[in-house]
Amino acid sequence: MNGNEGAEDQKEQRREEALARGAERRRQREGATAKEYPPSPLIQSIVKTLRHLSVDTEQIMDEVIVRTDPESLIETCKLLRETAELEFTYLRCLSAVDYVENIEVVYHLSSLEHPHKTVVKTQVPTESAELPSVVPIWRGADWHEREVHDLFGMAFTNHPNMSPLLLFDGFEGFPLRKSYKIPEQKEGLGG
Amino acid sequence: MDNIPSTEPVEFMLNVGPQHPATHGVLRLLIDVDGERISQVETHIGYLHRGTEKLCEGETFSQIISLFDRLDYVANFNMEMSYVMAVEKILGLDVPIRAEYIRVVTCELNRIASHLLFYGTLGLDIGAMTPVMYAFREREALQAYFESVSGARMMHNFFRVGGVKEDLPEGFLESLQSYLPKLKQAVQECDQLLTLNDIFLERTKGVGILEKVDAVDFAVSGPNLRASGVEHDIRRTEPYSIYPNLKFSIPTGTNGDSWDRYWVRMQEIQESIFIIEQCIDQIEPGPISGRTRTVIRPPKGEAYVRTESPRGDFGVYLVTEENKEQPYRIKMRSPSFCSLMALETMLQGEYLADAVTILGTLDFIMGEVDR
Repeated sequence: MNGNEGAEDQKEQRREEALARGAERRRQREGATAKEYPPSPLIQSIVKTLRHLSVDTEQIMDEVIVRTDPESLIETCKLLRETAELEFTYLRCLSAVDYVENIEVVYHLSSLEHPHKTVVKTQVPTESAELPSVVPIWRGADWHEREVHDLFGMAFTNHPNMSPLLLFDGFEGFPLRKSYKIPEQKEGLGG
Repeated sequence: MDNIPSTEPVEFMLNVGPQHPATHGVLRLLIDVDGERISQVETHIGYLHRGTEKLCEGETFSQIISLFDRLDYVANFNMEMSYVMAVEKILGLDVPIRAEYIRVVTCELNRIASHLLFYGTLGLDIGAMTPVMYAFREREALQAYFESVSGARMMHNFFRVGGVKEDLPEGFLESLQSYLPKLKQAVQECDQLLTLNDIFLERTKGVGILEKVDAVDFAVSGPNLRASGVEHDIRRTEPYSIYPNLKFSIPTGTNGDSWDRYWVRMQEIQESIFIIEQCIDQIEPGPISGRTRTVIRPPKGEAYVRTESPRGDFGVYLVTEENKEQPYRIKMRSPSFCSLMALETMLQGEYLADAVTILGTLDFIMGEVDR
């Protein structure tokens, strides 16, 4: 049995490698190689502002990404909003992505005073999905957090009102988690 | 003596919606009124929630375009724009210049059509029957153009990753060029009907003020944000497509009241006409689609793209996996969703009769709010 499984694994691995090679060749043929984006000067000022916190900063394409742990999330957001040279006053988007073991909450920020933007990311384990709310920092996070609560089952502590927003009362499960399966449609009416 | 009515204020709760003509869709408001004044509002949404984000995870990249049509169903081209740009950003794909022009022309026409719908329905909301007739006459002409381009009056499914589905039909640009002066005149007529009308001014001036601070805090965008005095337009601050080549100004209000929100949109129609005129002058023959495969398998990555839809900043957050035909996650950041969040603050202290004006000038589309 073990030998068989090993062979299966190898086969699967070879298949994936072949697919990856094919994709790479295709991309080269179509001339669609990754575009070059100039390094953002924003990174230095973010690193300087957040130097006492445990954050990782990197640039992916044109976005500066700040990875933080849930404990320092509020402090990070506060500093990003209040520091004079950053002033991320505008919450572009708040969303979550389910990576099965972890749920990642993503805060897209931009500034109306300066022409720059950033992304704050934090991950929490799916079993204990809980984060502090950023509503005290950006009031616009209110419904976004309620939506993430509805669809991912993420609890936001300190949120003023965590009642269901998009789903009806009594809906079972968290639809945007990868583990959720869309129920089979029944025949006829009421499916 | 028991018959004498009490002069004590009585709190009364009024339920508006989810089926109500003034809510322009399925929005439910629980309004606490103190006499004629609104003391508190609770907004309930989700009646049109179709789980588009979940559906997207099971569709291929080219099938998803049709799902985006169904978000903001009066600005379909603008919805498709954000999505195809997000996929192109991950693929690192360049779009042929003619395709970009076709996209911008259709998007701006769509913006005009959307603002005309706003103009007509706002008139109806506050009791003016005529504006809707004028607005729909022009909207009908624009719909005919959409039909000639994409084959459908709504739900166009016209943009493709790497370009557009088809080239413009023969004689389209000439016909459009001769129509634009008529449109300009019609917009002017609309302007004369309502903008400085005494009753209209009375109903909208100083009504439903959205302060600049609140607007930014709630991440309100588009005409609603600009009416509050913030000069912020994605086409200018984060230019995409061919907008850097085009000249246009950004109309900005000062008071953030209902009249300013109306005025900004009326000015935007004229700016859009100006943009289309420039596009007609600049557009040149060429390919309309890049070299993409029918089955798109982008590399692992993520992209956030925002464009200026008629209602504001429409963002698409796309996360992909290596060699998958379906996206891992798509999040749509809809401008109406954020505008509606500010509604509770805006309605507080207003007259109940003005709630309809405020709902009308916020110009939200529930399809986009609930997704």
